[in-house]
Amino acid sequence: MVRDSITIVGASLAGLRAAETLRRDGFSGRISLIGAEVHAPYDRPPLSKQVLAGAWEADRTVLTPADRLELLGLDMRLGRRATGLDLSGRILEVDGVSESYDGLLIATGARCRTLPGTGHLAGVHTLRTLDDSLAILEAMRGDPRRVVVVGAGFIGAEVASTAIGHGVPVTMVEALPVPLGRVLGDMVGSVIAELHLEHGVDLRCGVGVEAVEGGDRVESVRLTDGTVVEADLVVVGIGVVPDTGWLEGSGLTLEDGVVCDETCLAAPNITAAGDVARWPNPRYGEVMRVEHWDNAVEQGAHAARRLLQSEEEAVPYAPVPWFWSDQYDRKIQLAGRARPDDEVRIVSGSLEERRFAALYSNDGRLTAVLGMNRPRHVMQFKGLLEREASLAEAIEFAEGLG
Amino acid sequence: MRIVVDYDQCESNAICMQIAPDVFEVRDDDFLYVLDETPGEDRRAAMQEAVQRCPKQAISLEG
Repeated sequence: MVRDSITIVGASLAGLRAAETLRRDGFSGRISLIGAEVHAPYDRPPLSKQVLAGAWEADRTVLTPADRLELLGLDMRLGRRATGLDLSGRILEVDGVSESYDGLLIATGARCRTLPGTGHLAGVHTLRTLDDSLAILEAMRGDPRRVVVVGAGFIGAEVASTAIGHGVPVTMVEALPVPLGRVLGDMVGSVIAELHLEHGVDLRCGVGVEAVEGGDRVESVRLTDGTVVEADLVVVGIGVVPDTGWLEGSGLTLEDGVVCDETCLAAPNITAAGDVARWPNPRYGEVMRVEHWDNAVEQGAHAARRLLQSEEEAVPYAPVPWFWSDQYDRKIQLAGRARPDDEVRIVSGSLEERRFAALYSNDGRLTAVLGMNRPRHVMQFKGLLEREASLAEAIEFAEGLG
Repeated sequence: MRIVVDYDQCESNAICMQIAPDVFEVRDDDFLYVLDETPGEDRRAAMQEAVQRCPKQAISLEG
């Protein structure tokens, strides 16, 4: 359905790419882009890498340069937060002020989980925004005795890697037996554990955080096994929760995200994209919410187009999820949906040289491919995943790689 | 239309190669090679997708 105006709530990657898609597809109506942060839309992956390393100035993270942004002719409002939505009256509330909308795209992303009881302690950080990254960078440059990274997921692992680069001693605490075991399985998780140990990280797996202690500032972290780690900087990377608080009572279905149909439609005239959107991916027959960079780009574009389409024109959003993580000098990429009980087979390179591609499968079905410093192969197998090739076919292809 | 790659930005994620293997190739040395710097106009949509999907924003189009 073609409309006069579209309001996009959330001015990060998904929201901005949605706006750009609308213009590229010829939509000439008003586009409002509303963002809670004061910064022009910026890219988040460098926040745990180049920005945190001090290698990039903050302005290098800008997603679309000002001159090109200008050409889009957006009604862009930064430092403004959506505070409510009324479906029946088609009213959006921004900082408490009501305005009407025609089409609405929700891309408010997610916010970090925090450790309970740490709100009053200086030196305890989460990492999501540019301001978060700059604050941690400043702390790392202040010659801390030790940083404790809570959670060895992708954010935690990248923060640990960058902290080592600053010469800061790191203790990384992970509740699971190996880092990323739930996503990548124990074999690959062990490779990642060794990578961190080799770079000097004091990695503590299979243990939780009992308490973060200190007066005004953090002084130590007490673990569930009774040990106490002295630290003046703590970075907590224990996942995110979708930012849907402002939608409570709106009439939209909220369930760990904004629940959409398979075309990304959450209600008539309303779509959602990026970290905040939960939708049934028909490729997997599974309702999912994907927090990856590539998904924000793709789903942002899909949800934007959906607002301009009729029911008949609408198509399901059925991506093969893909992400990457850079740790030390290793690039880890995963395409597909791996499960801990998948069979894992190395098809090129080796674990020892930490340069390999691994196929994940379940019941003879290819489910995912993981690469460590093997981008070419990951993308070739991603193509096979997209056309739902069998494991046998993937293995045959792998044999041809040499 | 000319393809310009900023090799200081490129991290060889190889997304572009998946979108347009006739134009972009990441080889076994993990470097990106542009096979066709001036693809035909019929390839513009794919080139725009490669620009958008590059996680490092390392690709741009001239003309």
